[in-house]
Amino acid sequence: MSRSGSFRAETLALHAGQTPDASFGARAAPIYFTTSYVFPDADHAAALFNLESPGHVYSRISNPTNAVLEERIAAMEGGVGAIAVSSGQAALHLAVVTLMGMGGHIVASRSLYGGSHNLFTYTLPRFGIHTSFVDPNDPQAWRNAIRPETRLLFGESIGNPGLDVLDIPTVADIAHDHGLPLLVDATLVTPCLQQPLSLGADLVMHSATKFLGGHGVAVGGLLVDGGRFDWEASGLFPTLTEPYDGFHGMDFAEESPVAAFALRARREGLRDFGACLSPMNAFQILQGMETLPLRMRSHVANAERVAEHLADSPQVEGVVYPGLASHPAHELAARLLPDGAGAVLSFELTGGREAGKVFIEALQVFSHLANVGDAKSLVIHPASTTHFRMNGDDLAQAGIGEGTVRLSIGLEHADDLLEDLDRGLQAVARWSKRR
Amino acid sequence: MFREVDNQSVFIYTGGRRFDPTLPVVVLIHGAGHDHSVWNFQARALAHHGLTVVAPDLPGHGRSPGPPLPDIESLATWIDCLLDALDVRTATIVGHSMGSLIALQYAASAGERVDRLILVGSVAPMPVAAPLLEAAARQPARAHAMINQWSYTPAHRLGASPVPGMVLANVNQCIMERQPDKALATDLAACNAYQGGLAAAESVTCPVALICGERDQMTPAKAARALHAALANQAPDVRIITLNGAGHAMMAEAPDQLSIAIRGFLSDYNKN
Repeated sequence: MSRSGSFRAETLALHAGQTPDASFGARAAPIYFTTSYVFPDADHAAALFNLESPGHVYSRISNPTNAVLEERIAAMEGGVGAIAVSSGQAALHLAVVTLMGMGGHIVASRSLYGGSHNLFTYTLPRFGIHTSFVDPNDPQAWRNAIRPETRLLFGESIGNPGLDVLDIPTVADIAHDHGLPLLVDATLVTPCLQQPLSLGADLVMHSATKFLGGHGVAVGGLLVDGGRFDWEASGLFPTLTEPYDGFHGMDFAEESPVAAFALRARREGLRDFGACLSPMNAFQILQGMETLPLRMRSHVANAERVAEHLADSPQVEGVVYPGLASHPAHELAARLLPDGAGAVLSFELTGGREAGKVFIEALQVFSHLANVGDAKSLVIHPASTTHFRMNGDDLAQAGIGEGTVRLSIGLEHADDLLEDLDRGLQAVARWSKRR
Repeated sequence: MFREVDNQSVFIYTGGRRFDPTLPVVVLIHGAGHDHSVWNFQARALAHHGLTVVAPDLPGHGRSPGPPLPDIESLATWIDCLLDALDVRTATIVGHSMGSLIALQYAASAGERVDRLILVGSVAPMPVAAPLLEAAARQPARAHAMINQWSYTPAHRLGASPVPGMVLANVNQCIMERQPDKALATDLAACNAYQGGLAAAESVTCPVALICGERDQMTPAKAARALHAALANQAPDVRIITLNGAGHAMMAEAPDQLSIAIRGFLSDYNKN
């Protein structure tokens, strides 16, 4: 049975978390540009600080515009609550530091966004938190990597660079067998294509900068608490199950067995690490989310046409898209992503690194930049941009070919996208003849 | 804190303050398929203002082990055992929904041990729709969805939450999902079977507040009239307090209104 009062995604995307403004009846979510909130009297101030009364005190901890965004994503994901933060990276960091401290260990899929990989590989070890990376498709590898000090399993619904599909039910079972939660980065799928909590994940994070916003104007992150993980029964999470001197001696799991994680993440994580979201960004992301179900259908339809078109091109050695039968995770995608395997795909040009440059420079509709999830179609050639320092062998280690091109398919007319791609492919063909 | 009650371990939430039996005691009894956490805000509001709060997980709920008790009479007797175990002589008893029936039955039988009675979202009798009873017994997920549908006003099922960032209906569903098997079915059957409510109400001799949600579909305010009339038989004061805009899940939908209503009622009697 679905959560969120049985409302469907299209309705939740427009309404969840907001009632028309009580003062003026504003239908759109107002932007509450305020750092702080007037206490009606001293007793109410004390009540807010004591958590006798819910409400806003200071915008680093909570803000009415941000709350609309938080409740909207939580409703769409089927979670009990969410925390809005300044970026997807801040969401990942907040999840980690809410669950563990020095000596903690994470088991993560090796198919990750580069920023997450950096955080786990280079930054968190400085703070005594270490990560083991595993093949996301190998259940035994997940099991073998779990140690006594492991506190989190982490993967992406669709992971870089091979667009691996995470088998969430299987990895969640492994996590739960060890008393551990599974956090899923669902940035590339959004709740319109997959709700990881309904598949067994315990926590979900998003870079809201991508498809949720969709317009490419605001950076933001969201962390959703699924409410089902039993922190007390696990016994591995003293941050949630023992009194915290930093906040009224609160035992968060005693206070709220189902929302202990969200409570600590807000009351400690936002308060002390301070990666709060601007209400302007929250407003902009909300504007995007209103049309998310419509947009994701168009993104997927366009991506499927592009993938099929490229697969038929003689200049293309292979297309990586879980929606294609040729992808190793195609069957898994059909099961876990029945409404579409997202709108990011990659393909390998014949002709390698130089062909990639020729292709990109011939495009007129696709924007050449390092992002995904915009309403506009995006393209990047890793070997000549983000990974240009790597030789062919190093690229291969990272799962990237010299001619690999990554596309994030937008909402333009599909025919215009195909014509643009053909323009690039024809340029490659001409370049190839001249060689 | 955990205490032994009737040879069984019981978890008791105290609203963020230590249990202190030298202070006036308020017992908060949760409803069907719930646990102590539905009372968070009210418990903290009372515990931080000169009262000591006892919000137990009833047997077979939350962290309290054992089977759920099968009927309202047994649960009322259990409340007496709880007060004995805590060495509490008199207490204010507050109950929500099923908890209100337990509170009512206990107040009728406990005499002066109950100094004030507060019934939140209450009617007597409290018939439970057959499809909900059936679903609770055989399809808990369906029962949870039905309860959520009827417990929250449309504004709170879809719109903004009083608690920033939280989705009230999903919190409620998760609380219900967490309860041990059969807890909800046993509780709802107990509510449905309890026919002694009006007779119990006629025996209550302490001041009573009936707190109703203006938009409560589960226990509508107008359906509480018979209960109100029966309570007026002996109780020196029976007042109805209506929370504007609230549904059945008043603790979450109108946390401040409810805390103010409870504290206001209690403070009137403190002054007297």
